[in-house]
Amino acid sequence: MLAATDLEFRAGARVLAACRSVAFEPGRLHLIAGPNGAGKSTLIKLLARIQAPSAGRVFYGGVDARTLDVRELARRRAVLSQAVDVVFPVSSRELVMMGRYPHFTGRPSAADETVCDEVMAFSEADALGRQSYGTLSGGEKQRVNFARALAQVWRPLPGGGCRYLLLDEPLTFLDIRHQIEFMRKVRSFAIQPDVVAVGVVHDLSLAARFADRVLLMNRGGVVAEGAAADVLTPAQLEEVFGIRPRIARDELGETHLVFA
Amino acid sequence: MIASRDPAGRTILVALALVMLAVSLVSIRYGAIDFTLEQMLSAMLDLAGGREPATLDGRIFAQIRLPRAVMCLAVGACLGVGGTLMQALFRNPIVEPGLVGTSSGAALGSALYFVIGSTLGLNPGPWALPAAACLGGILATYLVFALAETRVEGRSSIVLLLLTGLAVNALCLSGIGFLSYIARDPQARSIIFWNLGTMSGADWTSVLLVGTVTVGGVALALRFARPLNALMLGEQEALALGVDVARLKRAVLAVNVAMVAVATAFTGVIGFVGLIVPHMLRIAHGADNRYLIAGSALLGASLLTVADLVARLSLRPAELPIGIVTSVVGVPVFLSLLRTRQYVF
Repeated sequence: MLAATDLEFRAGARVLAACRSVAFEPGRLHLIAGPNGAGKSTLIKLLARIQAPSAGRVFYGGVDARTLDVRELARRRAVLSQAVDVVFPVSSRELVMMGRYPHFTGRPSAADETVCDEVMAFSEADALGRQSYGTLSGGEKQRVNFARALAQVWRPLPGGGCRYLLLDEPLTFLDIRHQIEFMRKVRSFAIQPDVVAVGVVHDLSLAARFADRVLLMNRGGVVAEGAAADVLTPAQLEEVFGIRPRIARDELGETHLVFA
Repeated sequence: MIASRDPAGRTILVALALVMLAVSLVSIRYGAIDFTLEQMLSAMLDLAGGREPATLDGRIFAQIRLPRAVMCLAVGACLGVGGTLMQALFRNPIVEPGLVGTSSGAALGSALYFVIGSTLGLNPGPWALPAAACLGGILATYLVFALAETRVEGRSSIVLLLLTGLAVNALCLSGIGFLSYIARDPQARSIIFWNLGTMSGADWTSVLLVGTVTVGGVALALRFARPLNALMLGEQEALALGVDVARLKRAVLAVNVAMVAVATAFTGVIGFVGLIVPHMLRIAHGADNRYLIAGSALLGASLLTVADLVARLSLRPAELPIGIVTSVVGVPVFLSLLRTRQYVF
């Protein structure tokens, strides 16, 4: 379980993100939604411990993240960011292998190589391995980075315990087909009993369709948390986004949020 | 050292090692006087056996030519690896190893030595100049580091370090300018010569010191290769991959300042090698730091050896300052590489 208490991040006097108490359980896909500037990305970075909070604590399986060594933490927690730029030429394969760096010293083992093969196949990046990362399109880069994040936490931990996957607006550069497939893959990974998965998405229809739990944020704080159908209601969304959606039912009987 | 999946990288490293050996042999053979292979061999055997070579030529070879060649290898490796480390740490392809104040601080230290030392009529011995330069380099780097250390959360500490380095460099350069302005002619010339670099002062004692720092520095630098790879993705990504970025930054800076300050102390400021070596290697085979660090030691050593050979041969029996050679020869080569090959930053 991933949990945080009295978490706060300030830049100057402005509070970018604050939440009194939040917890994410394994085996479910948690998605964070909210308007621009709601503090979604900041919350992900605080949870991931790649940004130190101004106040509050984050717990990984009940252990205060501050007491965990960065490398120790990296063996069980992976982060996929919005956009990763590399100034130097590096092969996509090596970039994916970076996900295994916390797991070995010296040379990568045969198992590390196997994990790289598996995650690249899983994220449909296997054809990109030999190409220089800088020459890839935005969507291809995102698939390679997804493979890198998965490589970090692909296998169950030898000593047991949860693995954590944190996603910060991972859909930004993906076309509609890759968005859907990405969410399917994330979901299939996230429903493993020892995986805690938390992600930020902008598309509310995708959130409604793929999330087990939705965390709705606004102005740095958490507005609501619960099952998608309970959180993403027209009234709630109008209050947060300032625009009221209609709920449409398609010919298959599935409901959709329509903003118009 | 190199990933099992990187046979091409290993081939390049072996080739670079052979090139280094070849240019070293050419370099010790030719110069103000040329030696035959028998002379070289017998002088080396004498040296290995701890004997003084019998002939004057033999002594020149053993006491001047050979230490100078080894000094070139060591200083070239220091500058090459320093450039690779700094470019990787700052994620910036225009960075030189002296960026964090090391070489300009060393130059200021040496300028102070030339002006104040001779004004006061001091004669403090042969180690005073390298000591002053090394101290200047270390102090200036420490100043940069202390000024750039910030407790402000969420700010990119590495960009701050880069900008602070630029500022302190400018300060040191104005100090050197002032000292050159007030210096009398022989001192001013000494300052200028020192800023152009020379390998002519190498003896076995200084070579031993610089060589030890080089071997230790390169060995440590190789241990930073993987964390520096992760840092290519950015500070937060590196943290997510388990790299303690703050500790890595301190360690890389410490190794770089030791290598560059000690090398610069004995040879003066030699520009451009640290900038172009990592680029040449990246154009050849990408930016994996395990390959880059090992390769930049070998290529830096080879390049500086060739530059020193050119410096000694072009005006025989006089010689050019080596810093002029590295720039005059290095710049066109570098520019043509950048323009003719497809090189994605």
